[in-house]
Amino acid sequence: MGRLIYLKDVVTLNLSEEKCIGCSMCVDVCPRGVIGMNGVGRAWIQDRDACMECGACSRNCPTGAFSVQAGVGCAAAVINTMLGREGSICCGDQGCTIEPCEQTEDKRENSCC
Amino acid sequence: MSLPSLKQPFVVGAVETSVGLLPRVTSSLTWADHWGTIKARWGVGRMHYTVEPGLYALGDPDGRSPVLVTANYKMSFDRLREKLTGQNVWILVLDTDGINVWCSAGKGTFGSEELIRRIAISGLNRVVNHRELILPQLSGPGVAAHLVKKFSGFKIHYGPIRASDLPAYLDAGLKATPEMRLKTFTLRERVALIPIELVAALKPGLLILLAFFLLGGLGGPAGYWENAVNYGVFAVVAFMTAILTGAVLTPILLPVLPGRAFSFKGFIVGVVSAIVLLVMRSPDLNLWHGRLEGLAWLLLVPSLAAYLAMNFTGASTYTSLSGVKKEMRLALPMEIGAGVAGLGLWLVSRFIA
Repeated sequence: MGRLIYLKDVVTLNLSEEKCIGCSMCVDVCPRGVIGMNGVGRAWIQDRDACMECGACSRNCPTGAFSVQAGVGCAAAVINTMLGREGSICCGDQGCTIEPCEQTEDKRENSCC
Repeated sequence: MSLPSLKQPFVVGAVETSVGLLPRVTSSLTWADHWGTIKARWGVGRMHYTVEPGLYALGDPDGRSPVLVTANYKMSFDRLREKLTGQNVWILVLDTDGINVWCSAGKGTFGSEELIRRIAISGLNRVVNHRELILPQLSGPGVAAHLVKKFSGFKIHYGPIRASDLPAYLDAGLKATPEMRLKTFTLRERVALIPIELVAALKPGLLILLAFFLLGGLGGPAGYWENAVNYGVFAVVAFMTAILTGAVLTPILLPVLPGRAFSFKGFIVGVVSAIVLLVMRSPDLNLWHGRLEGLAWLLLVPSLAAYLAMNFTGASTYTSLSGVKKEMRLALPMEIGAGVAGLGLWLVSRFIA
């Protein structure tokens, strides 16, 4: 089975190469193989379309070299947000599929299970 | 100091430590554990399937043993410990409201703040004499390793994504291969998600099924119940087919279906399903009500399948929020439009029959 890739040219991931100190933490945390280390030991985005905007790289970058509008790629969550359904508990009986998801300040537009 | 209870059903004993008695667990799961997994997969008691947060011993760990961190969803805890046969480790369970690692990390409950707090109140720094933690890689969206190091003194190693790779990771001296770092979405992983998708679709779906059956009796050539059996039962079958198409077939076939958008994939299978249904139904296309009924299901089945397939983005392991929003801008109005139009045509076909 080939690698599953979602829509092209949509992700908000950006890397300020000059801020990179080469710790490679981003390579460790990325579950999609989006980031690689180049010949001089700096991070680079090698597979942008594979990114699912989980935000692990930016969260774990000690110098803030990554920016991404992190969130969960979940249609039900987007619908719940559109309908204005918000609750203190994100995931109800059915998890992501029907329950409302919270909005938090740190650039996560919505999140849920 | 907060130590987890020794009275939880999966606890097999206790370990004496400098902070008190800590619960001991094993890597072998009981029938009760397996039954719990099955129930959670079908959505039964899933939101209250938890273990108490805190520090646990697996095997016979000492002050130098590794510390593995996980969520307090019982299924996460079980998936971790069942892969640790023959290991002696500490397991630090965070309070994630009973949500799994990936989802709670996305939400922030499996986060730096909770980890730092749990390290402090579990007494971890008195139980082990090293200052290192192994976290599941998928907790990365919630935890900032450099901040945890700064505030707790513990250095974070991101372990493999799958617990099954942990023994190899530990043996290799905390080195993960590139394969261990990639999230897959295999047939097996997709199939495991089908029950919860099905339950989610059927809960509101059952009322709609009943409504279709009862509406099927209206109009038509024969008496109410005869019509209900003829048109209503077919409506129920068609609706169930649409649910199975969107929530079962599409997830199974996901990688081989054309297109990238989930709704498009669901729509394609939905069209095929609708055609198969109509061939079996063979409505009288010489009559208007037969034509309208056929057209109605050609609209209803694919649109419902597309909608349910679109909702599978949340269960998938590779969709981005930006992508889902783009997909929805186009797909959602079409799904709603086709659904309403199909329903209207079907109702008209009932009354002119």
